[in-house]
Amino acid sequence: MRLCQQIDTFGSGHTMKDIIAELERRRDIARLGGGQPRIDAQHGKGKLTARERIDLLMDENSFEEFDMFVEHRSTDFGMEKTKVPGDGVVTGWGTINGRTVYVFAKDFTVFGGSLSEAHARKITKIQDMALQNRCPIIGLFDAGGARIQEGVAALGGYGEVFLRNTLTSGVVPQISVIMGPCAGGDVYSPAMTDFIFMVRDTSYMFVTGPDVVKTVTNETVTAEELGGAKVHTTRSSIADRAYENDLEALLQMRRLMDFLPLNNKSGVPVLPTRDPADRVELSLDTLIPDNPNKPYDIKELILKVVDEADFFEIQDQFAKNIVTGFARIEGRTIGIVANQPMILAGVLDSDASRKAARFVRFCDCFEIPIVTFVDVPGFLPGTAQEYGGLIKHGAKLLFAYAEATVPKVTLITRKAYGGAYDVMSSKHIRGDVNYAWPSAEIAVMGAKGAAEILYRSELADPEKLEKRIADYKERFANPFIAAERGYIDEVILPRNTRRRLARALNMLRGKEVTNPWKKHDNIPL
Amino acid sequence: MFKKILIANRGEIACRVIKTARLMGIKTVAVFSDADREAMHVEMADEAVHIGPAAAAQSYLVIDKIVEAATRTGAEAVHPGYGFLSEREAFPVALAKAGIVFIGPNPKAIAAMGDKIESKKAANAAKVSTVPGYLGEIADIAQAAKIADEIGYPVMIKASAGGGGKGMRIAYSRAEVADGYTSSRSEAKASFGDDRVFIEKFIVNPRHIEIQVLGDKHGNVIHLGERECSIQRRNQKVIEEAPSPLLDEKTRAAMGAQAVALAKAVGYDSAGTVEFVAGQDRSFFFLEMNTRLQVEHPVTELITGIDLVEQMIRVAAGEPLRIKQADVKLKGWAVESRIYAEDPYRNFLPSIGRLVKYRPPREGVANGITVRNDTGVGEGGEISLFYDPMIAKLVTHAGTRLAAIDAQAEALDAFCIEGIQHNIPFLTSLMQHPRWRMGKISTGFIKEEFPDGFQPRPAVGAELELLAGVAASIDHLNNNRRRDITGQMGGPNVRFAARRVVHLAGRALAMDVAGHIGHPTYVTLLDAKGTLGRSLEIVSAWWPGEPVWTGTINGQPAAIQVRNVLNGFDLAYRGIQARAHVFTEREAALAALMPAKVAADMSKFLLCPMPGLVKAIHVKAGQDVKAGDNLAVVEAMKMENILRAERDGRVSSVKAKEGDSLAVDAVILEFA
Repeated sequence: MRLCQQIDTFGSGHTMKDIIAELERRRDIARLGGGQPRIDAQHGKGKLTARERIDLLMDENSFEEFDMFVEHRSTDFGMEKTKVPGDGVVTGWGTINGRTVYVFAKDFTVFGGSLSEAHARKITKIQDMALQNRCPIIGLFDAGGARIQEGVAALGGYGEVFLRNTLTSGVVPQISVIMGPCAGGDVYSPAMTDFIFMVRDTSYMFVTGPDVVKTVTNETVTAEELGGAKVHTTRSSIADRAYENDLEALLQMRRLMDFLPLNNKSGVPVLPTRDPADRVELSLDTLIPDNPNKPYDIKELILKVVDEADFFEIQDQFAKNIVTGFARIEGRTIGIVANQPMILAGVLDSDASRKAARFVRFCDCFEIPIVTFVDVPGFLPGTAQEYGGLIKHGAKLLFAYAEATVPKVTLITRKAYGGAYDVMSSKHIRGDVNYAWPSAEIAVMGAKGAAEILYRSELADPEKLEKRIADYKERFANPFIAAERGYIDEVILPRNTRRRLARALNMLRGKEVTNPWKKHDNIPL
Repeated sequence: MFKKILIANRGEIACRVIKTARLMGIKTVAVFSDADREAMHVEMADEAVHIGPAAAAQSYLVIDKIVEAATRTGAEAVHPGYGFLSEREAFPVALAKAGIVFIGPNPKAIAAMGDKIESKKAANAAKVSTVPGYLGEIADIAQAAKIADEIGYPVMIKASAGGGGKGMRIAYSRAEVADGYTSSRSEAKASFGDDRVFIEKFIVNPRHIEIQVLGDKHGNVIHLGERECSIQRRNQKVIEEAPSPLLDEKTRAAMGAQAVALAKAVGYDSAGTVEFVAGQDRSFFFLEMNTRLQVEHPVTELITGIDLVEQMIRVAAGEPLRIKQADVKLKGWAVESRIYAEDPYRNFLPSIGRLVKYRPPREGVANGITVRNDTGVGEGGEISLFYDPMIAKLVTHAGTRLAAIDAQAEALDAFCIEGIQHNIPFLTSLMQHPRWRMGKISTGFIKEEFPDGFQPRPAVGAELELLAGVAASIDHLNNNRRRDITGQMGGPNVRFAARRVVHLAGRALAMDVAGHIGHPTYVTLLDAKGTLGRSLEIVSAWWPGEPVWTGTINGQPAAIQVRNVLNGFDLAYRGIQARAHVFTEREAALAALMPAKVAADMSKFLLCPMPGLVKAIHVKAGQDVKAGDNLAVVEAMKMENILRAERDGRVSSVKAKEGDSLAVDAVILEFA
C-alpha cells in the first residue's frame, strides 16, 4: 500500500489506491449488469443471470472476464443516453475440471441481451480466440434478438458470428445452451454449433415468434408450443437434450465437457478409472431373448460394457429407435451408436438416420472412436418415409460411416438385415473390427420374408413354406455365413464384450487413414 | 447311499437340494419346464430332463412325467422340495411302484396329516394340546351356538376342507355365531365344494410357532427346536426366525415333546414341521403338520448346525438317525427374509421381468456373523409369471437376536436387484421396526403396523447425517478423480472448495470434506450456528458405477444402494429412499433460486408411436397407473413394443382395442 502511494504515475493526484478503488467500483457496476431490479426479475422467471450461469459452468474462480467495460456506440433513438458496461453479453474464458473453455453468456438484464455491433464484437473476439487456441467454446443464450436501434450494424454483427461458427466447426467443439428466449437472428449461431441444449419451460427457439406467425399464417400458437424444449427435443430434433432448470443444465455441461476433446487434434480426454477392462458380464449371455420378435433394451448392453455405467446420451428423446451418446472404455471417450430394439424394433427411418449421421460426423471430426451396436431389421417401409426422403436421409448415415476415418468397432448382437446391415458400420464401409454375437443373423431379410419370395409358388402350402422358412433360417440365421466371408472378424461371447471392445480400441489407437484429397465432400444434405 | 437323485422341483429349493447332494457325492437330476430352460437349477444339476410347458399343471405337477424322468435317468430317489408334489400322497406311491425312493415321509403319514380334521384327531390321540373346539359335524345354528358357549368367546368358525382364510369367520358373541356359521358354510361350499365347518377357540394376537421334527425308518424321532413365523402378510410368511423370542426353555421342551409324540404316532420318518398357534401367554395349540421340508428350514439349520436335506436323504436311504435329542443344541439366533418379486409401493403387486442386475450380498462367515442366501436365480435371469414370486431367502445368523437382525438389515442393504420391483425396501425397513426388534410380534403385525401399505422411512437424525456424509464422500471422490483428467491447462491443479452443501430429504446440510482417493474421507458437519461440529470418518473402497456402496462410517459398517441421477444420486438404506445432490456453497445458493416445478400435466393421451397392430391393452378405464407400468403392446415390424406410462396417473378411457391396426399418433387411451 505504501508503495502504491509513492507511485503516482497518472500525475493527476490519483494514487494507485484510488485507481484500484475506481477499478473495483467500475467492476461492481459492470457486474450488476442491468441493475438489481432486472436481476430480481430474471430470478423471478426462474432464470439465473449471465454471471451466475458462468459461475456454475466454470471451475470456481477460474473465469476471467474480457471486455467487461465495452459499451455500444449507437447514437440513434437516444441510445447514447443508455449505456451499460458489457453491453448485454458476458465473455471470457476459464476452465472446466482444469481444461480451458471459452464462454459467452447473453445477459438478459442488459437491453434484453439484444445484439449490437459491440456485443457481436465481444463474441467474435472470444470465437477467434477459441479457434486460434484450439479450445471449446460454449454459448449461453437468453436474449431478444438483434438490437433494433442499431439496425444493419446488428445484422452485420450476426453475420460475423455466423462466419466464425462455420469456420470453427470441426476444429473445436462448439456448444450452445438455450436458457431463455432465442429468436430471429439469434437462432442461427446455435444451429451451426455441435450441440444445442435447452432448459424446460424457460427457453424457446424459433425463427419467427408467435406474433409474426399469427400475422402471416393466422396460426395461434404459444412460444412453448412453437419452440419450447419439448418441441425441439422430440419433434424438430433441433435440441439435443432438455434439462429441468439452469443449474441442472450447466452442471450437465460440465459432465459433457469431460467427454469431449479440446479440439480436432488433441485426442480424447482420459479419465483414469478402476473399472477393469476385462470385466465379465455373464448376464449379457441372456440379453437376447429366445423369441426373435421380443425386444430387449440395448441400453443394458451399453451400460454394462462402458466404464462405470456412465453414458451421456445425445438426443435421448428423438428417434429413440437409435441410441447415440458418449461413454468411456478404459477411461477414453468413445461415441456409441446403437439400434434400439425396444422402439420400432430398432428400424432405421429418416429421423434415426439423420440423428445417427450427425453424431457419427461429430465423432469423426474430433477423433472419437465409434462403437456401433447393430440389431436392425432394415429400413422402415411406407409412403410417409419414402415421401419424406428416406433414401437421402438413409444415405446420410451411410455416407457418414463410410467417410469416417476414426477407429470403428462394430458388434452385431442380433439382426443385421438388408441394406441397413451395410449402413451400420459394416466391414465393407471400412469398419475396422466387426464382431458378432453367436445370436447374430446377417441376411438380406428375415427368414419368413425371404422364403416367401424365393418360393412364391409354394405360398398356398403353409406346411411346405414352413419347411422353407426353417431351411432359410438354418442357413442364414447365424453369424457364420458372414464370418466365412470375412465380413465378421470374430464371433465373440456376449459376456466378454467389454474386454473385446477394449482390446480392439487399444489395437486401433495408431490408426491412420486418409481420404482422397478434396475441397470437401458432398454429403447428401 | 444313493448314487443319483432327482429333484422334482425348481428355483431356490432345487438348487438348495442339489448343493447338499453334491457335498454328499450324489449325482443330481433336474427337471425343467419350457420357462426354465436356462434356470439356475438346470445349470447346477449333473443332468436335466425337460418335462413340458411352463404351466406347472403340465410339468412340475405331473407325477408320470417325474417318474419317467427318474426312471430314464436312473435316479434312485426323488426329493420333492416344497410345494408342487411334496405333499401328494399319490406321488410316493407312484414312485414306489417304479422302484424309486421318495425322500420324504411315508404316504400314510402324508395322508394322516393332510386332512385338517383327521390330523386334529391324531393330535388329540397323541395328547397334543389342540385349540379347544368341536371337531364333529355341526348340524345347525343352535348346535353351533351351544358349542361356542362351551368353548368360550371369541371363537372361530372354519371350513374343514379350507385354507387361506376362505370360509373362516370369527364370532365374539353368541349373536355373531349364527351369521358366521351360515356364511362360513356357504363360502366353504362355494370354495371347496364341501360345506363342513368346525368351531374352535380364537386366539387373540396369536403367534405362529412351529417345531421342526426329524424321524427315521427305525422309529426314532427328535425335534430341532422351533421357528417363529409370525411376520406374515396375508397369510404369506415374510420373515422367519429361530429360536422364537416368545418361548422359554420349558415351553420349548413341552412343544418339542408334543411334536415328537405326534410324529411318532403317525409313524413319521423324515423331516417335518408341526405348526402351533401360540398366545402371548405362551399357551400353544396344535395347528397342522407339514409333511415336507419347509421354506424357512435354513433358520433351523443355522442354529442347530444340522443339514436337514442331508438328514432327509440319509433317512430315506434307510440310515438310522445318528443325532440324539440330547445332541441338539440351539446356538445363537437366525433370521430369514423372503425376497419376493413384488412392488412394496404398489400394494405388493407381483412384478415380472428380466433381472438386469442381481447381486446378492457376500455369503459366508465373518466376525461371528453368517450370511446365507438361498436362491434359484442369477443376473440376467427371468422372473416369470408362472411360478412363485420368491427370488431368494436371505438368512443371517449371529450370537444374539439383535445382532442377527442388524446383520440381516446390512445384508439386505447390500442386496442389489434391478429390472423388477422387489420387497427389499420393505424388509430392510422392517428390520428397524421397534416392535419387531423387541420381539413383540403377532401374525397381525404387518396389518397393524402398515395399515396403509408401505412407505419408505424418513431420513432424520443420525441416519440423515450418515447418508449426507456418504453422499459428500462420493462427490468428493468424483471431484478428486476429475483432477486427473488429461488435457488440463498448465499451472496448479484445479482446487475444489472443501465446503459442500448436501441437499437430501428436503434438508440442506453444510459440511467440510477432506481426504484423498484410497484414504479415508473426513466429513465435518456444520451445526445450526454454522460452526464445525460432528465429524465422520468414512472409509470405503467403492468406485463409481458400483451399485452398492459399502464401507464404514466412524467404524460402523454400512451398505447403501447408489443409483446415478442427473447431477446427483439416489440412495437407499434401511428402508430410507433419498435423492442426494451435493453442491458447492455457490451452487446451493443458486439452487435456491431455481423454480419449484409442479409436475407437468401428463399429456392426456397415450398415442400410438408407430403404425402397428394393438396386441394387448393392459389397463382398464378407471385404473390407476404408475410411471413405468405397461399400458399396451403394439406390434410393428413384427416386433412387440411395450408402451409404458411416463408418469403416475389414472386411465379415464381406453380408445383402442386388441387387434386394432393403428396409424402413428392414433389415440390408444386417455388419462384423467
